[in-house]
Amino acid sequence: MADLSVNICGIDFKNPIIPASGVFGYGHEYEEFYSLSKLGGIATKGTTGKKRTGNIAPRIAETPAGMLNSVGLQNPGIDAFIEKELPYLLTKDTVILANIAGSTPEECAEVAAKLENTDVHMIELNISCPNVKQGGAAFGTSCVMAEQVTTAVRKATTKPLVVKLSPNVTSITDIAKAVEAAGADAVSLINTLLGMRIDIRTRRPVLHNNVGGLSGPAILPVAVRMIWQVANAVNIPVIGMGGVSTGEDAIELMMAGACAVQVGMACFTDPYAPVKIIDGMERFLDENNIAAARDIIGTVKPW
Amino acid sequence: MKYMQGSYPIVEKQAIAADTFSFTVRCPEVAALAKPGQFVHILPKGYGLRRPISIAGIDRATGTLRIVFAIRGKGTEALAQMNPGDDMDMIAPLGHGFTLLPEAQHVALVGGGIGVPPMLPLAKYYGERATAISGFRSFKQIILQEDFDALGAQAICCTEDGSAGAVKGFVTAPLEQLISEGLDAVYACGPMPMLRAVAEVCLRTGTWCEVSLEERMACGVGACLGCACRTKDANGEEQFLHVCKNGPVFKAEEVQW
Repeated sequence: MADLSVNICGIDFKNPIIPASGVFGYGHEYEEFYSLSKLGGIATKGTTGKKRTGNIAPRIAETPAGMLNSVGLQNPGIDAFIEKELPYLLTKDTVILANIAGSTPEECAEVAAKLENTDVHMIELNISCPNVKQGGAAFGTSCVMAEQVTTAVRKATTKPLVVKLSPNVTSITDIAKAVEAAGADAVSLINTLLGMRIDIRTRRPVLHNNVGGLSGPAILPVAVRMIWQVANAVNIPVIGMGGVSTGEDAIELMMAGACAVQVGMACFTDPYAPVKIIDGMERFLDENNIAAARDIIGTVKPW
Repeated sequence: MKYMQGSYPIVEKQAIAADTFSFTVRCPEVAALAKPGQFVHILPKGYGLRRPISIAGIDRATGTLRIVFAIRGKGTEALAQMNPGDDMDMIAPLGHGFTLLPEAQHVALVGGGIGVPPMLPLAKYYGERATAISGFRSFKQIILQEDFDALGAQAICCTEDGSAGAVKGFVTAPLEQLISEGLDAVYACGPMPMLRAVAEVCLRTGTWCEVSLEERMACGVGACLGCACRTKDANGEEQFLHVCKNGPVFKAEEVQW
C-alpha cells in the first residue's frame, strides 16, 4: 500500500485530495455520503468580511465536459464562519483550508486577522474569483495588485498562506512570482476560466451574471500546463486543481508539479469523487511500484 | 435530512405525451424515505451535471418511485433514451417537500405543464379532499388527468388554446372560483408566470399556499449555492435561499415574486 501522505508548509495531509472551495460548502452535506476524515483536507467556501448574498440565478450552466458558475461569493461573513462552521469542521480529523476573499486588501487582511486566533490549519487567499465586481480577479490579474493584497494578508497572519491564482492572465508565472515575493507560503491553481453561454432562442446569456467561471474536465489540460509552468518558476509548493475527476488525473497534476490536488466539479457528477480519486491514486501507485505519492511530484520528463 | 446515491433499476417506462416520459424505478431505501414535493437528482450518461426531477409517485409497498419529465435539452433527451433494465444513477430523496395538513377539508393542487407530476403524491394523500387544477398549452401536452381520477381527486383540466379540457384559459380562473367556495390550502408547481399569478391570488385572498420552484442546479444537496432563490426573511430582508435544500417547496409569502 503506497504512502499517500504529503506535507505542505509544515502541515501533514493524510492524502493529497482536497475538495475545492465552493463545491463542498462546509462539508455537512457530504457527510451524508462518507466520513470527512477520509479526505486530505477541505477548502471551505470563500468567506468575506461581511455577509454576501451572491448573484441572481441562474448561477449554473452546463457546457461540453464542464460547467459555468457565477455564485458570486455568497457567504455568511467571517464572524459567522468562525462561530458556526469552523469549530465543527476542526473536529473532523482533516486539514482545513479557510478560503478567504475581499473587495480590498484591507478587507482580506481583516478576515485573515480574525482567523489568527483560531485553530484553522491554513489560509487560502482567493485573488481570482471571476464572479464579483470588486476584488476577486482584479487582484489576481495584475502583479502589482496581487503583491499588494498578499503583502497585506501576510502581515495579518502567521498561518501558512496559500494564494489561489487566476488562469485569466497573460503570464501566470509572473503573478506566482509576485505573490511568492510578497510572502506567500504556497500557491493554488487554477481557479476557473472566464466563460459565457448564450441561449440562442432568447438571445440571453444563460447566466444572469452574463459571464462565469468554467470548470470541469474541459479545463484539465490548461491546469496541467499552468501547474507545470508555475512549479518551475517558484520555490514554494503548488496545490493543483482544474478538471480532476479520476485518480489518474490527480497523478497527472502531481507529476506536473502539484503537491496536493483539489477537486471541484467532479463532486457534482459523483459525490463520492474525492474518495474514489484517493482510491484510484493508491491503485496507480501500487500497480507501478511507487512507494509514496510525494515521490511523483514534479517528475514529468519534458521533451 | 437523509439521502443517498445509488444506481437503481428502471422497471417501467411509458411515453405519456409528446416528448414526455414516465419512469418507475426500484429503489426501496429511497422510497421508504421519500415525501411529497421532494426530488431526485439524476445523472444522464455522459454528462457532468445531474438533472433534478420531481417525484411523481411513492410506492413503499413495491419499493418504487415514479418520475415524469419532459425532454428540455440534451441531458433530459439522454435520460429519455433509457429503458427498463437500465440503471438510473440518482441522489435521492432530496429537498424540503410539501407540508401536509391532516385537518384540511379541501385543497387545490395547481400544476402547470411539467409542474403537474409533483401534485400526484399530494393527490394520493388528500384523495377526494383534493381538486387538481392542471394547465397546459394545448391538448398535446395534457398528462396525468386519469391518475388524479384514480386517486379520488377531482381533476379540472385547462388549456390555453381551448383545444381540450373543461376550461379555456389559465388555472387562476377555476382557482379563484374554488377559493370563493372555501379552500384550506393551495399547492402549486409550474412555470414562473403561473406561480406568480397563483401566489398573487392566494396572498390577496389570505389563502395558505406553498409553491415548488425550479432552478439550474449543480450539487443538489445544498453545498454549492448554485440554485439561488430570492426570498424575504421574517424581517422582510432579502436573502438568497437554495431551491435544492431550503426548497424546492417554499411558502408563497417567502418568495420575492
